[in-house]
Amino acid sequence: MTSWLGPDEWRAVALSLKVSVWATLIALPLGILCAHALARWTFPGKALLNGLVHLPLILPPVVTGYLLLLTFGTRAPLGGLLQDLGVVFAFRWTGAALAAGVMGFPLMVRAIRLSIDAVDPRLEQAAATLGASRPWVFVTVTLPLILPGVLAGAVLAFAKAMGEFGATITFVSNIPGQTQTLPSAIYAFLQVPGGEASALRLVVVSIGIAMGALVLSEWLARRVAKRVGGA
Amino acid sequence: MTLSVRLQHRQGDFTLDARFEAPPGITVLFGRSGSGKTTLVNALAGLIRPDAGRIAVDDRVLFDSDRGLCLPPHRRRLGYVFQEGRLFPHLSVRQNLLYGRWFAARVGPRADLAQVVEMLGIGALLDRRPAALSGGEKQRVAIGRALLAAPGLILADEPLAALDEARKAEILPYFERLRDATRVPILYVSHSAAEVARLATTVVVLDGGRVIRQGPATEVLGDPGVTPLGARAAGAVLEARVVRHHDDGLSELSAGGLPLFLPRVPQTPGTVLRLRIAAHDVILSRERPVGLSALNILPAMVHEVRPGGGPGAIVSLDSAAGRLLARVTQRSAQALGLAPGVACHAVIKTVAVAPEDIGH
Repeated sequence: MTSWLGPDEWRAVALSLKVSVWATLIALPLGILCAHALARWTFPGKALLNGLVHLPLILPPVVTGYLLLLTFGTRAPLGGLLQDLGVVFAFRWTGAALAAGVMGFPLMVRAIRLSIDAVDPRLEQAAATLGASRPWVFVTVTLPLILPGVLAGAVLAFAKAMGEFGATITFVSNIPGQTQTLPSAIYAFLQVPGGEASALRLVVVSIGIAMGALVLSEWLARRVAKRVGGA
Repeated sequence: MTLSVRLQHRQGDFTLDARFEAPPGITVLFGRSGSGKTTLVNALAGLIRPDAGRIAVDDRVLFDSDRGLCLPPHRRRLGYVFQEGRLFPHLSVRQNLLYGRWFAARVGPRADLAQVVEMLGIGALLDRRPAALSGGEKQRVAIGRALLAAPGLILADEPLAALDEARKAEILPYFERLRDATRVPILYVSHSAAEVARLATTVVVLDGGRVIRQGPATEVLGDPGVTPLGARAAGAVLEARVVRHHDDGLSELSAGGLPLFLPRVPQTPGTVLRLRIAAHDVILSRERPVGLSALNILPAMVHEVRPGGGPGAIVSLDSAAGRLLARVTQRSAQALGLAPGVACHAVIKTVAVAPEDIGH
């Protein structure tokens, strides 16, 4: 693949995969927690949390990216604090992962929440009467039953991360080898004369990864559903 | 072990105000739909928090509003058999059975899987998934799962309500075995008089959220004033011993010295059975009838005549076999001159006693 893809192109693909995998992995536990809170808990500020989670879905990505820059930029209070702790987002691949994770988060939470809604709370009650505390009920009953939804949510978030452009380029710019993800690279190649061939190759790779992720997720979901449903 | 309950709870317009004790054996909470049975059981399980009261099994307090104590469900050591089984679909039957034991391991001795599997006859199902089980099998697994949680109290909320008649007949004997095999109090919610008659050591009758009567099954069901399901479902419970089986397909029993003939029962001679005699299956006669097809004619004395709302009346009778109820029309009661102290004969058709009315 390295011989077929130019070094710049390959770097963009590898970076995009790294960014998306990390974005998905970090977002997943948070997404499950958020979905569970929204589906099953009652607490003050629930509507606010729901709104915040969904905000990246409705805002223009450029706005989300700019908000991230205002929050996590090196000169922003929070960004400065994190920088003192050794965590830098601005103009680094970590920032691209953050942007991708934030953009994919609502899709992930929605998918997981739907599957939690489908779990019969009476099963969780039954587990509680058998001696399982709340965390154990979640681990032994709820989580296995929502696994197909969790997988679907993860794949959606991963696909969104692979394709994320607006927030990323606003937040961390388009630095080859550093923050130039696949979509940013396609965009950059299209801006220079003679870049169409590179752009086209990346488009093919992009389609391949997307299709692969989709097929994999469907296969996993079917397997898990069979195991969980016991049918 | 004994469960003692004192509870007050308001839910919308409905007020539950109940106080009772459940000794070892099966205590049936008996009442029509909406009488507060399920609310009561959910309060015992900790699934709802009552407004006031106290729940304890022996010295172990599960709930005490005065002390602000309310154990969460997972710390109450319950075995809850739900109406719909509620088996975990992602676990095998074996894993379902062992689910509670895993958590119970920390609090008490392990219940024996092999013994429970044997008692419930579910050995062949262990590696199956709940989705592949019939309704009756699911309910048997649910009973086993509750037992293996090493509970200090077993709750069963109409565990047979979702099953057809044949499946009910399949499960009932397991509850009888359970009752006879454990010292743990079993609270069994039901609105079926037949289930009460077969299973109950003690009956607690709920009506409109209040306990209107509690006591041994023979006493409570023989009281014509206690007909929570209406006069139509009234019936007394007799205890009778199997004497011998006859060649013509009948079994002869003895109830307080009086012979009773029933369609062949499977139990061996010497076994004591409980029979529910529905009030509408009993005919009364002042003279000892002759030339009658019915085989069971019991001399009795009228204890009370209680007119119902319609044309019927419930007559309670004392016989050597025990308290009987008969449902007759008020017109007949007058024509026969039935009044307390009047001697008469209670006639019961042999075939009127159905297998589901017979327990041990």
